Amino acid sequence: MGLTADDVARLGALARIQLSEQECAELAPELDVILESVRRVSEVAGPDVPTATHAIPVDNVFRDDVVTPGLTQAQALAGAPDSEDGRFRVPQILGES
Amino acid sequence: MTETVDFDELLTRYEPALGLETHVELNTNTKMFCGCPNEFGGEPNSHVCPVCLGLPGSLPVINAKAVESAIRIGLALNCQIAEWCRMARKNYFYPDMTKNFQTSQYDEPIAFDGWVDVEVDGETFRVEIERAHMEEDAGKATHVGTSGRIHGADYSLIDYNRAGVPLIEIVTRPIVGAGEKAPLVARAYVAHLRDLLKALGVSDVRMEQGSLRCDANVSIAPIGSDKLGTRTETKNVNSLRSIERAIRFEMSRQAAVLDAGGTVVQETRHFHEADGTTSPGRPKSDAEDYRYFAEPDLMPIAPSREWVEELRATLPEPPAEHRRRLQTEWGFSDIDFSGIVNAGALGLVEDTVAAGATAAAARKWWVSDLARRANEAGVELEDLAITPAQVAAVQALVDEGKVNDQLARQVIDGVLAGEGEPAEVVDKRGLAVVSDEGALGAAVDEALAANPDIAERIRGGKVQAAGALIGQIMKAMRGQADAAKVRELILQKLGVE
Repeated sequence: MGLTADDVARLGALARIQLSEQECAELAPELDVILESVRRVSEVAGPDVPTATHAIPVDNVFRDDVVTPGLTQAQALAGAPDSEDGRFRVPQILGES
Repeated sequence: MTETVDFDELLTRYEPALGLETHVELNTNTKMFCGCPNEFGGEPNSHVCPVCLGLPGSLPVINAKAVESAIRIGLALNCQIAEWCRMARKNYFYPDMTKNFQTSQYDEPIAFDGWVDVEVDGETFRVEIERAHMEEDAGKATHVGTSGRIHGADYSLIDYNRAGVPLIEIVTRPIVGAGEKAPLVARAYVAHLRDLLKALGVSDVRMEQGSLRCDANVSIAPIGSDKLGTRTETKNVNSLRSIERAIRFEMSRQAAVLDAGGTVVQETRHFHEADGTTSPGRPKSDAEDYRYFAEPDLMPIAPSREWVEELRATLPEPPAEHRRRLQTEWGFSDIDFSGIVNAGALGLVEDTVAAGATAAAARKWWVSDLARRANEAGVELEDLAITPAQVAAVQALVDEGKVNDQLARQVIDGVLAGEGEPAEVVDKRGLAVVSDEGALGAAVDEALAANPDIAERIRGGKVQAAGALIGQIMKAMRGQADAAKVRELILQKLGVE
C-alpha cells in the first residue's frame, strides 16, 4: 500500500506546510521509499523485541519540586518578533482553516 | 434566541448521557517540566524559562511531586496505577503553547479504571472514571480587537506564566441512567472531586481562578434507544451552579433540534454565565487529528508498587466516611446534616467550627443566612466575600454579648461589602449593643413616660407587658439596645421584682 498524493496533502495540512499539487505528487513516492525501509527493519525485529521509543532503557527520571531561576520578562521577550505590555504579540489566531 | 424544550417534558421522551472532563491544576511549587514557580498571577512572562518557552536545545524533566500527586489522585478515585507509562506530544498550532504541542499522555494514562460514588437527594450514583492523566497547562491568550472576542480579534497577547503548570485531567465514562437527576449528578460529582482534591491537598481547587475546570459532554437519545446520541462538549464551565445549568440547557436545546427533525452537530460550545445558554464554538473535524506520539525527551514513568502502596497509606479519609464522622461529632439529625451538604456548606461549616464556632452556630449562619444571600446574588456560597474565620468571629461577638443576632447580620453585611474584619465593621458602623445604664435609662424613662397605661399594668403584676416597651426601645435605638438589660431597668424603675 503506497502513500498517495492525497495522504501527503493531508499530512502537509496537519503540519501547516503549504504544498503544491505537484509537490504532493512528487513527495509521495519519495516518502514511500523511507516508509518501506523502516518496514524492513520491523521484519528483522521479531515479536520478542519490544517497541522502543527511547534510545536508552531508563525510567523515572525526575527532578525535585524546587524553584530554580528562570528568565526575566525582558529576557523572555528579547527574542520575540513583537511584544506589548510584557506579553508576546502574535497575529490573529482564528480565521485560518 | 435558541429553541429549547421544557426540561421536564423532554425527560418523558429522551434519556441523557453525560461525560465530564475535569482539569485540575496541581499546587506543586514548580511547573511540570521545569523549575519555574507555579504561582497564580504575577507580572506577565515573569515565571518562564527556556523549557516552558520551548526554546531550542532546552530539555524538560518531570516534576517528581506532580507524579506523586497524580498517583494519589488516581488512588483516591479508586483507579489502577499504570506500571509503566509515557508522556506524549499532542500536536496543535495555537500560540498558547510555544512548542506547537502540549506534553500530555495519550493511550497510557498514569491512572485508569476507577469510580466514585456521589449522593444526590439521598440516592447514591456511581460515576465510573475512565482515566486520569498528567499534562501541562497552556499559556493565557488575551485577544485584542474591537469585538473583544477571539473571532474578529486583530491580534493576541500571550503570557506564558501558566504554560507548563502541572494538570491532571480526569475523564469519566458515560454517565447514563440518571434521567432528570443528570445535571445534579454532574454537579455532585464535581463537588465531590473538589472536596476530595482539597482533602488530598494536591490543588487549590479554586474554580473561579481556573484551578478546577470542567468540560461537559452532553448527548440525549430517545428512551429505549441502545445508542448514545451525538454529543456536544461545553468547555470551561467554571462553577458548580454553571455545570448544572449548562447541562440542563444543552439537554433542552438538543431536544428542540431533534424534535424539529434536525441532527445535533458534534462541536465544542461555550457557556454564557449571564443567561445560562451555550453557543457554538469550533466544529469537531478533521483538524482534530493531534498526531500524538510518545515524547522522546522524557523518560517513561514506572511507579514501583512499593511507592504506590506508600502513597495509598497517605490518603485522607474517604468523603463518605468523613461526612458520617462529622455528623456524629456535630450531633445533627439527617435532615439538618443533609441541609448543610445540599447547600454546599460542609467544608465551610467544618472550617468555621475549626475557627472556634459551635457546629450549631456555624450551620445557622451558612445554611440559613449566607445561603440565602448567595442565592440572591446568584453566586456559590464559597464565593461570598466572607471566610469561615470571619463567620466564627461574628459568632464570637454574639457570644460575648457585643452584638445580638440582628446586629450580627449587619456586621455580615459590612464584611460582605468589604468593610473589613467583623470587629472593624462593628466599630465603623457603630453596631455594638448598648448596655450602658445611662443611655438605656434615658430611653427607658422616655418610654415609660410615653406609655403610662403599660407602665401601670406592669406595676400591677403583668410583667409580660414589658415586651411592648422593650420593642419600642429597641426600635428607637435601631436594634442596638441590650434587650435583657432594658427589661431589667424597666422592672427596676417600676419597683417590680
